[in-house]
Amino acid sequence: MIDAQGLDALIAALASDGREVFGPVRREGAVVYEEISSSDDLPKGWADEQSGGHYRLRQEGDAFFGATLGPQGWKRLLHPPKQVLWRTEGAGEETKIIPEPLDTTRRAFIGARACDLAAIAAQDKVLTEGPYRDPQYAARRANLFIVAVNCTRSAETCFCTSMNTGPKATKGYDIALTELEGGRFLAEAASEAGAAQLAALPSRPATADDEGAAAAGIDRARDQQRRIDTDGLPALLKDRPDHPRWSEVAQRCLNCANCTMVCPTCFCTTVDEVTSLEGPETERVNRWASCFTVDFSHVHGGAVRPGAKSRYRQWMTHKLATWVDQFGEMGCVGCGRCISWCPVGIDITEEAAAIRKGGG
Amino acid sequence: MTGRPRLAVWKFSSCDGCQLSLLDCEDEVLAVAGAIEIAYFPEATRREDDGGHYDISFVEGSVTTPHEAEAIKDIRARSTTVITLGACATSGGIQALKNGASTKDFIDAVYAHPEFIDTLDTATPISDHVKVDFELRGCPISKTHLIELIAATLAGRAPQTPAHATCIECKMAGHVCVMVAEGKPCLGPVTHAGCGALCPGYARGCYGCFGPKETPNTAALSARLAENGADRRQIRRLYSTYNTNAPAFREEAKAHD
Repeated sequence: MIDAQGLDALIAALASDGREVFGPVRREGAVVYEEISSSDDLPKGWADEQSGGHYRLRQEGDAFFGATLGPQGWKRLLHPPKQVLWRTEGAGEETKIIPEPLDTTRRAFIGARACDLAAIAAQDKVLTEGPYRDPQYAARRANLFIVAVNCTRSAETCFCTSMNTGPKATKGYDIALTELEGGRFLAEAASEAGAAQLAALPSRPATADDEGAAAAGIDRARDQQRRIDTDGLPALLKDRPDHPRWSEVAQRCLNCANCTMVCPTCFCTTVDEVTSLEGPETERVNRWASCFTVDFSHVHGGAVRPGAKSRYRQWMTHKLATWVDQFGEMGCVGCGRCISWCPVGIDITEEAAAIRKGGG
Repeated sequence: MTGRPRLAVWKFSSCDGCQLSLLDCEDEVLAVAGAIEIAYFPEATRREDDGGHYDISFVEGSVTTPHEAEAIKDIRARSTTVITLGACATSGGIQALKNGASTKDFIDAVYAHPEFIDTLDTATPISDHVKVDFELRGCPISKTHLIELIAATLAGRAPQTPAHATCIECKMAGHVCVMVAEGKPCLGPVTHAGCGALCPGYARGCYGCFGPKETPNTAALSARLAENGADRRQIRRLYSTYNTNAPAFREEAKAHD
C-alpha cells in the first residue's frame, strides 16, 4: 500500500530516471494527459459525467483518479497527430534523403486505464508486429513505463466489461494502482522495472481488508449501463451491408471524424509531401487520417465511399468485424470515447444492437 | 511554366485582408518574389496593369457591381490560371447578407447621396461569373495555405488544403471540444479545415470562416444545436456570416427562417 507521498515519490523517481512523466490533468473543462511533476497536478476531487455528445467535470469526492477517461487517450503521445518521416537536402543527383532521428524520449504514463492498455496493445499489433512496422512508434513503446490505474467507477459511456478489456488491468503495465478511500493505493508490480520502482517507495504491506476494498471498487466499475453483444457479431455485420439502420445513422452522422480522432485504436495516417518555395528541400510528413473524409477513399474517378452511410458502415464494421480478420481481435476496447465526443452523440453500442436486430 | 510566372492580384468587393496575407508572409515574401514575377499588385507596388497576359491571377472579393461583373470576364480572358482568395471571392462574403433583401432600402439607409451608388442586387462568388481553377477558402485565408498554394501551383501539383472538417484540426491540436464539454454552438463539424481550429483553441465555437466542408450535414448539426438550447434565430444567424451565400450554409439558414 502506498499513499499520496508514495505516489509523489514514484513520480519523482520516474522523472529522475530521465523520463517525461504524463498523467491526467484538468484543462478546458476536461481531463487530458499532460506532463505532471507531482500528485498536485492530478484532478483530485473531480469526477466526469458522460453521455452521448456530452462531457462535464464536476467536483465530487477526494479521489486523485475519480475522473475516468478524457477526450483523447495516450495515442497522441505514442502515435502523434503529425510526424516527419524524412527530409531531403540538395537537388538532382545530389539529393540526399535524411531520415528523421528516432524518438528515444523515455516516457512514463501514470493513470492508464485497462481499456487504454488494451488499445495500446491493439496499436502495438498494428504498428509493430505486421509487415509495416512504424519504427518511431516502436521506439516510443520500448522506452515507456506504464502505471495503470484500475477503475473503481465507470462513466455512463463505458462498456469495457462487454469487450473483456476492463475495468481491471491484467497486462501491459509495469505497476497497477487501485485507489482506495483516503488517497491510499493498492500497488501491484507486473514487470521487473515496476517491482524495482515499487520496492524503493515508502509503503506498507496490504491487508486482507485493503485487498477486499480494492476488489469491491473494481466490481463497482463492472456495473456498466452500456454493452455490446459481441457473440457472432463480425459475421452478422458483414452479412448486413444493406440494413436500413445504416441509412438512419447516416442522417445523423456529421462525418466530422471526431470518433476516429478520439478512438484509441484508430491508427490510419496519410502522408503529405511538403515542399518549400525557396529551394528543393522537401519533407514527408505523416498525419492522422480518417475514414470519414472524402480523400480517404479517393481513387481515380472519385471517392469509393461518397457519403456518411458507407463511411460509418466502414468504420463500425472495421472496428467490430474485419479487424478480427486482420488482427485476431476486435478493434474496439469499449472506452466509449466515440460516444461522448461525437458532437451529435451517435452510440456504437446502440448501432451494433440495431443492426443485430435484423431487418436488413 | 518556363521562367518566372507573371502574377496579378485583383481586388473586387472585399476588405483587402486576404491579399494582405501575401504581404504578411514576411519570412517567405522574398521567396515568393523570387519564385514569381509580381506584375500587378496595387497593394504592394505602383506598377499598373499593362493589359497583358498573366500566368496566375489571384482574385479577392465578390462581384457586387456591374463594373466588377464585366471586369472579371476580361481578367479571365487574360489569365492562364484564376485562383480565388477568401470567402468573398469563393462564396460572396459577408456582403452577401444583402442577397434577397432590398438593395434600395440599404442604399437609402446608409448613403447620404444614394444617386452615386451603382450596385447589383447581389454579392456573388467569382465562380458564378467565370471558370475558376482553384478556390482558396477562409476569412481571411491562411498564410500557410497561401504559401502551399503558390508552391503547388509552381510545381504543377494540387495544393494540400484538405476539405475535411475543422474538427480534425481541432483534435490534432489537442483542443477540448467546446460543443461536447461546454455545450457551446460550434460550426466546426460542418466547416472546411484550414484555420487550425483557431477559435476552439480560445474556447469559442467555430464561426465557419472557411465555409462548408465536403459533404456537410448541416441539418444534423442544427438539430443538435437546438437540443443544446439554440433557438431558430440563433441557428439562422450562426450560418449567416462570412459564408452566408455558400449553398450549404444558405440553405440551412433558410430552413430556420
